[in-house]
Amino acid sequence: MIALLFRDLRLAVRAGGGFGLGLAFFLLVAVIVPLGVGPEPATLARIAPGILWVGALLSCLLSLDRIFALDFEDGSLDLLATSPLPMEGAVAVKALAHWLVTGLPLVLAAPVLGVLLNLPLPGYPWLVISLALGTPALSIIGAFGAALTVGLKRGGLLMSLLVLPLYMPTLIFGAEVVKRGAAGMTVATPLALLAAITAGALALLPFAAAAAIRVNLR
Amino acid sequence: MSIWEYANPKKFMQTSAFLLPWVTGLALIAMLVGLVWGFFFTPDADKFGATVKIIYLHVPAAMMAISAWTMMLVTSLIWLIRRHHVSALAAKAAAPIGLMFTVIGLVTGAIWGQPMWGTWWAWDPRLTAFLILALFYLGYIALWAAVENPDTAADLTSVLAIVGSVFAFLSRYAVLFWNQGLHQGASLSLDEQENVSDVYWLPLVVCIAGFVLLFVTLVLIRTRTEIRSRRLQALLTRERLA
Repeated sequence: MIALLFRDLRLAVRAGGGFGLGLAFFLLVAVIVPLGVGPEPATLARIAPGILWVGALLSCLLSLDRIFALDFEDGSLDLLATSPLPMEGAVAVKALAHWLVTGLPLVLAAPVLGVLLNLPLPGYPWLVISLALGTPALSIIGAFGAALTVGLKRGGLLMSLLVLPLYMPTLIFGAEVVKRGAAGMTVATPLALLAAITAGALALLPFAAAAAIRVNLR
Repeated sequence: MSIWEYANPKKFMQTSAFLLPWVTGLALIAMLVGLVWGFFFTPDADKFGATVKIIYLHVPAAMMAISAWTMMLVTSLIWLIRRHHVSALAAKAAAPIGLMFTVIGLVTGAIWGQPMWGTWWAWDPRLTAFLILALFYLGYIALWAAVENPDTAADLTSVLAIVGSVFAFLSRYAVLFWNQGLHQGASLSLDEQENVSDVYWLPLVVCIAGFVLLFVTLVLIRTRTEIRSRRLQALLTRERLA
């Protein structure tokens, strides 16, 4: 499992792996939105939590098809399937690698982009905490979507259609945490619900994703 | 006699051919009676005026939109567990019908909301949850259309139906948390206090029965079509191999 994790990380970081693309996209979202809605600080402060969460979600979406597609094409997914490692474990490790490459940089970069969007000061810790809690769910849900569409020629667009509705609860609670945090309100309820979604998704979705991959490899 | 006999396509075709005219007739009668009764023979409501009458389309369509997804979940589970093709085909057949009911629910809701709330659309929890449900239907139908091998498609869509059910359910309660709504509470709950008054309730129940029967009719027709198209594919393959 550890070997697989390091292999995925190396593949992602080296040339052509697309490392940093998601981050660049996140930055672009944060730049484009003020250009679209105007530079008034009050407006930006109000929409900043939502924009940051939507941006993180879209950046995650961007790199999802890399989780399985390349391995499916060159046959290493078949090797993984015949290896002693259960497919559920392989899915979980690949989602973890995706999170380390995409989700974690987003968490770290988010406060900087918060400055760009004039996020109110009390919102920053909650922005980082909610993204740190929520992006693993985005990765594992995305891995499930990628597993469903891995056998398809042009699965990317279809995958967005499948994955985005699944992202909605995570987005709602994540953005709510930041919104309440920025307004100085108590955040315990949405934070607990966000954590619950992440925990539930991490516990159950590897099985669904592994089932989908087995069907696609048949 | 067991219910699994109907998993045999031949038996299913025979039984459904026998049932179809009856179900169709009953659906027509119930919908005609319910809608005519509801539209022309009920008084206008105090606060709503004549707009209340769209309830006879809105509520049954919304109920069926959720019921259709539940039926797809059950048939998907049956496919995954017992591998009966008729079950998978019934789920496939139900999806576009469910989507149409969802759209009818949304559109009639917008038409009703315009005079009542002064807006076609509001980001109310129920409305939002229904929009998300429509997106789930779209994804499910798109996945069926995208995968070529029918058995692979049936497996993948079944897994999606199960995971989607969980997340659709979560979304339903997440949006409650996210925004307070304009939508009124339950019209037909078992708690009598909440119900609409009897004058409206009786034709509404007839309409709901009509919509259920309409759904059954459409699913039967579409499942029969799917079975026939599957048979046709088998024949074509056999011919090519011969």
